[in-house]
Amino acid sequence: MRTITLGLSSVAVLATATSSLAQDQIELWFNNAGNPAETAVVERIVNDFNASQSDYEVVAQSFPQSTYNETIVAAALAGDLPDILAVDGPIMPNWAWSGYLVPLDIDQQKIETFLPGTKGYWDGELYAIGLWDAAVAMFARRSILERFDIRVPTLDEPWTLAEFDAALETIKASGEFEYPIDFGLAIQGEWYPYALSPLLQSFGGDIVDRSTYLTAENALNGEAALEFGEWWQSLFTRELAPGPSQDPADRETGFLEGKYALSWNGSWKALGAIDEFGDDIMFLPAPDLGNGSTIGAASWQYAVTSASEHTEGAMAFVEFMLKDEYIAAFSEGIGLIPATLSAAAMTENYAEGAPMHVFFGLSEAQAKLRPVTPGYLVSGKVFRESLANIANGADVADSLDAAVDAIDADIKRNQGYGH
Amino acid sequence: MSTATSDNRPARLLARYMVLGLIAVIFLFPLVFMLISSLKPDRQLLSDSGSVRAFLPVGDISLNNYVAAFERAPVELFIFNSVLVTGITVLLTLVVCSLAGFAFTFLNWRGREVLLSLILATFILPFESIAIPLLMIATQLPWIGPDGISQGWLNSYRIQIAPFIADGLSIFLFVQYFKDLPKELIEAARAEGASWWQVYWRVVLPLSGPVLATAAILKFLLMYNQYLWPLMVAQEEGYRPVMVGLQYFFLRNPAWGEIMAYLSMITIPVLGFYLVLQKAFIASVASTGVKG
Amino acid sequence: MRARSRLTQSNLAGWSFALPGLALVAVFIILPFFVGIGLSLTNQRLISPNPAQFVGLENYRNLMGLSVLTIEPERDAAGAIVRDDAGAIEYPRVRTFTRNNPDYPHLQGMREWISWQSRENRVVLLASDVVFMKALVNTIIFVAVIVPVQGGLALVLALLINQRLPAITLFRAIYFMPVVISVVVVSILWRLIYDGDNGLLNNLLGLISFGLIPPIDWLGNPDTALGAIIGVSVWHSVGFHMVIWLAGLQTIPPSLYEAAAIEGASKWQTFRYVTWPGLRNTAVLVLIVITMQAFELFAKVDLMTKGGPLDSTQTIVFQAVERGFRTQDIATGSAISVIGFVLVLSISLTQRYLTRSRHE
Repeated sequence: MRTITLGLSSVAVLATATSSLAQDQIELWFNNAGNPAETAVVERIVNDFNASQSDYEVVAQSFPQSTYNETIVAAALAGDLPDILAVDGPIMPNWAWSGYLVPLDIDQQKIETFLPGTKGYWDGELYAIGLWDAAVAMFARRSILERFDIRVPTLDEPWTLAEFDAALETIKASGEFEYPIDFGLAIQGEWYPYALSPLLQSFGGDIVDRSTYLTAENALNGEAALEFGEWWQSLFTRELAPGPSQDPADRETGFLEGKYALSWNGSWKALGAIDEFGDDIMFLPAPDLGNGSTIGAASWQYAVTSASEHTEGAMAFVEFMLKDEYIAAFSEGIGLIPATLSAAAMTENYAEGAPMHVFFGLSEAQAKLRPVTPGYLVSGKVFRESLANIANGADVADSLDAAVDAIDADIKRNQGYGH
Repeated sequence: MSTATSDNRPARLLARYMVLGLIAVIFLFPLVFMLISSLKPDRQLLSDSGSVRAFLPVGDISLNNYVAAFERAPVELFIFNSVLVTGITVLLTLVVCSLAGFAFTFLNWRGREVLLSLILATFILPFESIAIPLLMIATQLPWIGPDGISQGWLNSYRIQIAPFIADGLSIFLFVQYFKDLPKELIEAARAEGASWWQVYWRVVLPLSGPVLATAAILKFLLMYNQYLWPLMVAQEEGYRPVMVGLQYFFLRNPAWGEIMAYLSMITIPVLGFYLVLQKAFIASVASTGVKG
Repeated sequence: MRARSRLTQSNLAGWSFALPGLALVAVFIILPFFVGIGLSLTNQRLISPNPAQFVGLENYRNLMGLSVLTIEPERDAAGAIVRDDAGAIEYPRVRTFTRNNPDYPHLQGMREWISWQSRENRVVLLASDVVFMKALVNTIIFVAVIVPVQGGLALVLALLINQRLPAITLFRAIYFMPVVISVVVVSILWRLIYDGDNGLLNNLLGLISFGLIPPIDWLGNPDTALGAIIGVSVWHSVGFHMVIWLAGLQTIPPSLYEAAAIEGASKWQTFRYVTWPGLRNTAVLVLIVITMQAFELFAKVDLMTKGGPLDSTQTIVFQAVERGFRTQDIATGSAISVIGFVLVLSISLTQRYLTRSRHE
């Protein structure tokens, strides 16, 4: 990682020092500093692109993901944005609305076969494109389900709320596990709205009212949301799942060590589970809690900024990235779902018949975007706090009301966020 | 309890050491936990972390985490950046704040009283509460470099240094210390025709060892541990300090062994530095403290 | 000007010596502070296409708004008070007053902060911003607890260390050691130590109590989280104040102790009438320094609890960063900073006044 970055910057120095003025430099920022596999793929694409033409020179800069959004906001504030940057799907509308991104001008045919969750639309325009998507599934073990006589759910016939609840109670009653299920509440940040708001949607509620995007009233504190809230709280009062103070270490290893029977987890954790349990591991679809089964869509994507002085070159680079070989390489490197079926076929884990191919199906059938609005930056965070508070025992209706007020006040202060 | 204890019967002596030792354990155990954990693979580290095994180098012990940490992130670059930024800031603090302290203590000039109370009032402002307006200002500041005049200080060492050179607390420390220096020395030097600069440089500074050390230590601790500010202003990897570098290890799958190794690496140099100099370290904090 | 100044006046030297420091403080501390005050009177966002507007004191009203609501019990058709199965009086929910109730427009959007019983009525203190109110109260609790606890423990440690024993400097060095460790490192380590299921602290307590003390979810329980953070804070910086106390102790002339010993004073008497009076100046310093540091509580909260659970560890500075930076509401974040500043300023002026008057 270090040698690559240092190598690159010295190349850049040499380039500016010796090469003709015709070559324009394009800066690319992405979010996985400390992840050598992903960085290697980015560097490979950059090198290929630089070798493929002589008009532009792309220079990549990697950032730690846990503080990425904060860094970008600071840079935007300072007017110091790069040409191309990685952006988390649900955050994209905020940056687009703020005027920091420009719509992508790329060949639409190239992304026709991409998973819907990889395409970042805001205000009718494509602003970002991802080379992978992520999916959430119920990690389970065949042997445990069989032992407790629990039906294996399918995409066509997922668990119902009653069935799901009964399964948890059955496992709890056996006393063999610390908790029947783990929702990963130890993970602060985006995990809550990404992985848990689909459960609310499955009840019929939502973070905001998507018909107008101007209020959360009813969506987040209506009948369905209150029902969800009560059920959510009961998971913790009945001790069916560890709460927000869960040890991050247990989130990592609890399911693998048999402390938890089920784990609501992301596709990027699938490899570890397969290594541990082999054929016994199953990745099950989300339950249908009354209003259909839903999981979150959209992962990190790439966008071009309005600060770029070489928009054409930046667009050319983004288009250059959209090759099956790169998509496959990313998937191999970081374990996420390739954006196209043809790229999936080139991977070890997502090819037809491979153990993680099932995620491709889940993503196609159940994935739904988080609310596509600049206000998501705040509403997603408010939702997380509210969910954590309810899990910690706060009054359900009051918490959801408070969340609605906070979200509505924010929308008002931002004059409707352009909706 | 008095300063001198003549009561040294073995039983009581033993009891005293037991108490002292027990308290020492309380202060030491998290560090031992960190060091020992840095030698273990992730899974073992986590399963050991609840028992006495957390403090014992047992099981699969190796330096693998350290090797892996260097592979994951340019650790030596982060340490270099932190040391550089910290070192320069400390040096400039000593110069700038001692000069100001000197002016406030020994010189009689228009505006002195008002400005002193204004400066002292600034030390109740938490840095976090002015960080964002400061960021906005930093983007407007001009700079004259080899390429001519440019605007904006982001992505540089200077933006990590300049805001922290002068602060109310450091100036206060110097004022407090200078107040107690014998006035006659200064008057004598002036009577012999020394300039104020000579008085500062030849008379006052040589007597200011303890306060220089205290100001240096406090600034060192502040600077080496910066984390919110560099996050905002150091976008390029080349300028990132150690606490930002730590974020490289908190990924989708946090690598706890490497985290412990990294924490050890950024802590051990400071601890070593402290242990070597601890006598002077503590003496200087104490001597300045008592002047308050 | 210079011609008119007295001999002792040295404006040029004074200004030129002080100028570098003054200029830096002005640009990097005072200017941003005033920019912050300006921002707090607008609806500025960190990044937004909407132009900022002047809104006066609206941000302050939104943060500080309080209102009292008296709720009468539910009554049945006959006018009797309705009680639940356990015999407790039933009241209409607060939300029926604060949400779209045309009779109570001034309560719109407010939330219950505290409530108490007054005869058969329930009195509710409503706040426009309950989270900020909690942050304010938590910060004050934190300061009120940590000043005596940390100051006191530091004094105890200083007394222990102030013995003439072989190797005593080794212990002194160890007690001071946490001070030099980064708050980031400290927070990460203590998060693991405090862990609710399998943490070191719980296992230790279980061991020494022979299993009588059940595992406590230190950072996950609203009743213990703030206390846990106080614990780490004391652990982290008690050594610093110990050293200041120690310095104070060593200024007390040994002859006073000798005199006390001759008069047959007990250990407590010696402390009460010799040691403590000699430490008065030091005590003032320790008090002020701990208070200042306590008001700045941010990093430990950010790294350990993010203000939770149930907002039990929200603090003023944490809220300022959270809103001003992370949710991009720089106007509200700035208003919080200004309120915090006014609070600290008034407390430190009070402290200074109290401690000064005692001297004279």
